[in-house]
Amino acid sequence: MRLHLHIAFLFASTLWLGSCSREDRILRQPPPANDTLNTVQISGLNPGANSIPTPPNSNMYQESAYAVAEGQKLYEEYNCVGCHAHGGGGIGPPLMDRDWIYGSEPGNVFATIMQGRPNGMPSFRNRIPEYQAWELAAYVRSLAGLLPKGVSPDRPDRMNVKPSESSTPEQIPTGITGVPGQPK
Amino acid sequence: MNREFVFVPARFSAQAMPLNPGHHSVLHPAASQAGNIEWLYWVIFWILFAVFVLMVAAFARAGAKSRVLDDAPLPIIEDDDGDRRAGWAVGSALAITVITLFVVLVLSVITGKRVEGLTSKNPITIQITGHQWWWEISYPNSQADQTVTTANEIHVPVGTPVVVLTNSADVIHSFWAPSITGKRDLLPGYSSAFSFQVDREGTYRGQCAEFCGLQHAHMGFSIIAEPVDKFQSWRQQQLKPAIEPAASESSRGREVFLTHACVMCHTIRGTDAGSRVGPDLTHIASRNMIAAETLPNTAGALAGWVVDPQRIKPGTQMSPNPLAPDELQALVVYLQSLQ
Repeated sequence: MRLHLHIAFLFASTLWLGSCSREDRILRQPPPANDTLNTVQISGLNPGANSIPTPPNSNMYQESAYAVAEGQKLYEEYNCVGCHAHGGGGIGPPLMDRDWIYGSEPGNVFATIMQGRPNGMPSFRNRIPEYQAWELAAYVRSLAGLLPKGVSPDRPDRMNVKPSESSTPEQIPTGITGVPGQPK
Repeated sequence: MNREFVFVPARFSAQAMPLNPGHHSVLHPAASQAGNIEWLYWVIFWILFAVFVLMVAAFARAGAKSRVLDDAPLPIIEDDDGDRRAGWAVGSALAITVITLFVVLVLSVITGKRVEGLTSKNPITIQITGHQWWWEISYPNSQADQTVTTANEIHVPVGTPVVVLTNSADVIHSFWAPSITGKRDLLPGYSSAFSFQVDREGTYRGQCAEFCGLQHAHMGFSIIAEPVDKFQSWRQQQLKPAIEPAASESSRGREVFLTHACVMCHTIRGTDAGSRVGPDLTHIASRNMIAAETLPNTAGALAGWVVDPQRIKPGTQMSPNPLAPDELQALVVYLQSLQ
């Protein structure tokens, strides 16, 4: 009986500890040692024999709920929302569908943000720190449901366009159906 | 010593103690609203002091009267008269407690009404918006170009009623300047109002009083009460757009500001920088402190804050800016010229 309790406790605490990394907050980002942009692999095709290594930190932000929530905040603050709306698109292409003109991998989205793309997407290189571009890439991918559900953000700290969970039905503005950032 | 907090002594020495704890105290009111709260504080203090003295006296009396019987078993005493007296004692103690609490409740309600009272004529209006983790202060005016926007330092004229409109951009904050008035919650998406009138000149520190995230403890502000003419000249100065850089170095600093991450979040009126994510920096050099009353507004503190704010306030919304030394120097010279 004693032994069973111990095993159960060990199992529970392992589960508990394992769930912590999702919420890890990396507040002081390491200074960029060098430009990671040129090491981002845009596609599987490579000139020559050597393949370009994928930067090791690109997935760090894809697995952190904190980083995705930060990306969600930056998406508003840096006015991505001005062209892409809340994922539905407008002036820019929608981000919550399956079509990715310049690739859906984290590195692809990162490169799109940093380099800019034809027909309107500005380059944010030297304007925003690299880690913020990675956070934005993580959030943008969550719009299309490419992140695990446990990492995707729910209600943000900011004022939001979607009705709050506590609002009564008559307060819900008409015409809003989907919930941004929540893959169905 | 925690490395994160080495800036604290520097702040106090550099500022000649304008923010000493005496200024952050309900017992040093500078406005009638805080005066009412101080009055309530002392009334409740003396009531509770009297209760405390009575309790100690009762205990002492009981202790002096008690007898310890060494070997004999405790005798069983049938004493109806004693029981009745004990019943009276418990009943009256209960009644006194209820009455005392009721009196305190009534006094609290009266004080609340007095603090609430919007009995002001010709007030000035200030809009305060809470952000994680700083205060956006604006003086709304029907003419857009007469609206002053600043951050963390609230200038008010002495002896003039002030109506404060509150709101929050993200989570619930609470506006608390103990020397001025009671706490007021700032709720996101909900505008409310309160008023106060500062009667004494001086700088009064305030603090966010509702836990609002990682840097809640460093979300300070100050209320600077000054004579009306001084307030008006401050306001006229704040209305101006940022000055044009005079020297080549500050001109280079403006270029650094406009071509790096700064421009993504901050406004400097008179330049292309117009984002409203972070505080308005049009007249940053006119403020005493930076980073929500955390650091003195000196060249060194500014440079340190720009380069690595996460070292000073971990979790703050400002990102680190790895600038080259000459760029940083020029930027700081430019920021310090923005009077």
